[in-house]
Amino acid sequence: MNARTLNFLGMGLVGVIGVAFLILTPRFAELDAVLELTIYMIMAILALSLALIWGYGGILCFGQSAFFGLGAYTYAIAMFNIGESTVPLLLAIALPAAFAALLGYFVFYGRISDVYLGVITLTVTLILFNSVNSTAGPEFHIGVARLGGFNGIPGIPPLNYPGNRTAVIDLEGMFYLSTAALLAIYFGLRLLLASRFGRIIVGIRENERRAELLGYDPRAYKLAIFTIGGALAGFAGCLFANWGNFVSPTIFGLAQSAQIIIWVIVGGRGTLIGPIVGCIGIQWLTTALGANQPSGSDWWTRLLANAPLVLGIILVAFVLLVPKGLVPTLGDFGQWLLRARTRRTTSALEPKQAEER
Amino acid sequence: MKVNRRRFLQGTAAAAASVGGFAPNAWAEDPISVASIHDLSGGLDIYGKPMVDALTLAVEEANAAGGLLGRKIKLINYDTQSNMQLYTQFAQQAALKDKVAVVHGGITSASREVIRPVLGRFKTLYFYNTQYEGGVCDRNQFDTGVTPAQTVEKLVPYAMKKWGKKVYVIAADYNYGQITSQWVKKYVTENGGEVSSIDFFPLDVTNFGSTISKIQAAKPDFVWSALVGGAHMSFYRQWAAAGMRKSIPMASTTFAVGNEHIVLSPDECNGMLVCYNYFQDLKNKTNEAFVAGFHKRFGADYPNVTELAMGTYQGFRIWAEAVKKAGTIDRIKVIEALETGISIDAPSGKVTIDPPTHHCVLDVHIAEVNDKKLKVLEDFAQQKPSDTAAVCDLIKNPADNQQYVIKI
Amino acid sequence: MDLIALLAIQVLYAIASLALISVGLAIIFGMMRVINLAHGEFLMLGGYAAIVATSHGISIWIAMLVVAPIVVGIIGVIVEMTIIRFLYGRMVDTMLATWGLSLFLVGLTTAIFGNTTVGISAPLGSFQIGAYRTSGYTLFVIGVAVVVLAGIFAVLRWTRLGLIARGTMQNANMAAALGVNPPRVYAVTFGIGAALSGLAGAVLAPVSGVFPTIGVAYVAKSFITVIGGGAAILSGTVSASALFGTINQIATFATTPVFGEVALLATAIVLIRLLPQGITGRFFRRGL
Repeated sequence: MNARTLNFLGMGLVGVIGVAFLILTPRFAELDAVLELTIYMIMAILALSLALIWGYGGILCFGQSAFFGLGAYTYAIAMFNIGESTVPLLLAIALPAAFAALLGYFVFYGRISDVYLGVITLTVTLILFNSVNSTAGPEFHIGVARLGGFNGIPGIPPLNYPGNRTAVIDLEGMFYLSTAALLAIYFGLRLLLASRFGRIIVGIRENERRAELLGYDPRAYKLAIFTIGGALAGFAGCLFANWGNFVSPTIFGLAQSAQIIIWVIVGGRGTLIGPIVGCIGIQWLTTALGANQPSGSDWWTRLLANAPLVLGIILVAFVLLVPKGLVPTLGDFGQWLLRARTRRTTSALEPKQAEER
Repeated sequence: MKVNRRRFLQGTAAAAASVGGFAPNAWAEDPISVASIHDLSGGLDIYGKPMVDALTLAVEEANAAGGLLGRKIKLINYDTQSNMQLYTQFAQQAALKDKVAVVHGGITSASREVIRPVLGRFKTLYFYNTQYEGGVCDRNQFDTGVTPAQTVEKLVPYAMKKWGKKVYVIAADYNYGQITSQWVKKYVTENGGEVSSIDFFPLDVTNFGSTISKIQAAKPDFVWSALVGGAHMSFYRQWAAAGMRKSIPMASTTFAVGNEHIVLSPDECNGMLVCYNYFQDLKNKTNEAFVAGFHKRFGADYPNVTELAMGTYQGFRIWAEAVKKAGTIDRIKVIEALETGISIDAPSGKVTIDPPTHHCVLDVHIAEVNDKKLKVLEDFAQQKPSDTAAVCDLIKNPADNQQYVIKI
Repeated sequence: MDLIALLAIQVLYAIASLALISVGLAIIFGMMRVINLAHGEFLMLGGYAAIVATSHGISIWIAMLVVAPIVVGIIGVIVEMTIIRFLYGRMVDTMLATWGLSLFLVGLTTAIFGNTTVGISAPLGSFQIGAYRTSGYTLFVIGVAVVVLAGIFAVLRWTRLGLIARGTMQNANMAAALGVNPPRVYAVTFGIGAALSGLAGAVLAPVSGVFPTIGVAYVAKSFITVIGGGAAILSGTVSASALFGTINQIATFATTPVFGEVALLATAIVLIRLLPQGITGRFFRRGL
């Protein structure tokens, strides 16, 4: 069994588990679990968007939250003004994509790379945070939608089936939609990366100069992948605004941006399934640390019921013990097991082969 | 009763406990679950921690007094880590998984507007115990904090009489700051004064140098502060460092809610006027007993029982009173009991639910910051939530469900 | 006239505070390419160190200028030896590790000090410029910034330590071949960077207060300053702080603090677009 078959096997496994999860969860899990899983799925789409542009495109984007937030705000504002969700949904994908294209043009054609790119994207999301955060006054509105400043926009109407504004997608529908979207995006990206385009992207990541000398324009390819990533993040933002019926400027903040990067590092860069796993794992951990806090003020509760403290220790330990990220490490482990087995079989065969000769 | 794993485990645990002879009381039935959803870490923990401590004490007191309806009360405590997404998640968990009788929680108005629709949808009673800008009209929600009409209306004329008619307003740039500053303007104008300027600051601003120069140029008789949060505390420091505290006095209905008067040195804030429902040094029997109990539970060095902590304590007490009156934890019956205008004798004085608005009628007091304490100067008994009452009548329109922007 | 003098002081103060909060990060990032997301927490710890020292009766000046840098410097060395040491050359992993560290430090400080910590107030009183009063402490902060920057210049330029540090930064292998011990240089450099952050946090504590989550307010801004400045530690920090501080303060004074902040950030974007290697990638290339 070689790496290629392993790869196909992995993809098949993801597909089977994914579809089973999609169909079975709402039947067996209680509603609160379904709701919680929905947000994990939505955030996983966001994680995928960065997995694509950073893990494969090699673009360290510290401002993925800018596109995520723009998607959420676009959906909210358009929804209040239009009332039927098809156009707002499309806008929530198109606008962040256009913004990503614009920003991408600005940076890639300026030959900005590496950490400078990270800082520019971070700065962009902080500008959005500061601007939106200061729109609390009644004079700030787009159409009938008040921007609300720090308080954000509450009561965002949910998605409806296209064309029929009364047929609102219910809570289970949101789960189906998010999970199916996640699966579709995952396999779509696998296809994209297996295509000629995807291979060039990875080639550019590996050696930009060489790709350029071979006649590819790295700037255009980077711009394309960055725009796709922006569109995906915007779509995730639209789903997020739907899930909580709420959006506020913290979506653009430093904590949110850093969190997306953390998911990708924890799960493993250069894979797609890794960031999904990393995202779900960290989200679950954050939620679990906040739930059922003991109340009291003795030393032990102060240390143990202290979400940032525990999460911080886990992250530091993780980076020291699992430096490559979760999924690549598991992959290495699997390959090591395989190799160990083949080694054993070959070594067992050796004497006999020798005799045959 | 559906038996699932959790119930089963609880049952066995209880059985084990009673066999072992550890059970302090023989409880008739399952406990009544009460959820607390507050920020216990992250930037807002300065407000959330005292609220949860007060709620914990209230639950423990109730249990020591025999619980509610013969059942023990179990507090389920969620830490939202100053993260809005977790507010949604935990509100869903509390309503659907824990099936709690009531949720006490939410600190900022933003977090309230996140929780409110979730709990409305899943039919779980909600208490919001923070002072806020007013105007929420929702039959499923009760508000035990003060609103601008209850405090600003009293403090503005008091400060104007003391210092003069020209006011400079500085406020946090969000819903609460925006609306409160409009109320200040209204009352200043009604009392024959003038607001020379209103400046807004996002919650993370820490450098106020140029603002302080602007205020000096405007030469007001006093400054009204509606600044909020840890970052804004630096305004008071820079104000005092520029030597302004002695020349231009200050009044506020947000100062000291986050224990600013303890964090800052007396030199930086003595003489400032504030107005709230509760002060730790209020002189009445109920309060003295409460403070003694609080210090016994959380240590005598506990910095200060804040306005928000008392709101939460009183919120729980009112809810418990309504449950007793209704004889059940059924949501509609409890709401009906609350809507009879139920009242309790609380540490801050008498607190009564105002049926049409679901807000509270309560005492307010004006106090002065004096060496890390708040010295009460004047009392105003039984203030009505007249701002919300102007727009909201839940007895006439029980189906109403929105936050009004009150025309000022 | 007095207004212009006042504004000038405020601009200088903005530059000084920006340079102070960034210089520790510039050393850590510039010399070791470690993206230290716990930088804000180092500043926060400096503030706490000063507060604890003052409350134990130590003079506020010694607490700020001596105790805070030493304490945070030691913490920095410990962090380098237990975490960062294993991550050199893996810039991305240092991000995850220091983000975790930042959460850990916030949690730990909350557990130890709670969230209601009595602060220290600014000494030195105030003085009059024409019709305006302003804080004398502002001038002190400007003075500290000048002394710190001059000190770094002197160390880098004229001492053996500075020479070794510059050499290791340029080519660690060559330095090692010449008998330098890079791990020790890195530990010392990281410690010095942390110490300077601690000093900045302590000096700014009386102005902006101290609470466990204050680090967030600093970290993004100091990063933008360091990257905007480019590779040269000293001239980069100074020139970027001067540019950003001036624009921020003037925009704030003319309009609102939000606009000042946005103006700073927008300047940073334009700057990096025009000078993709930061200011010192183009100007002052021979600076330190």
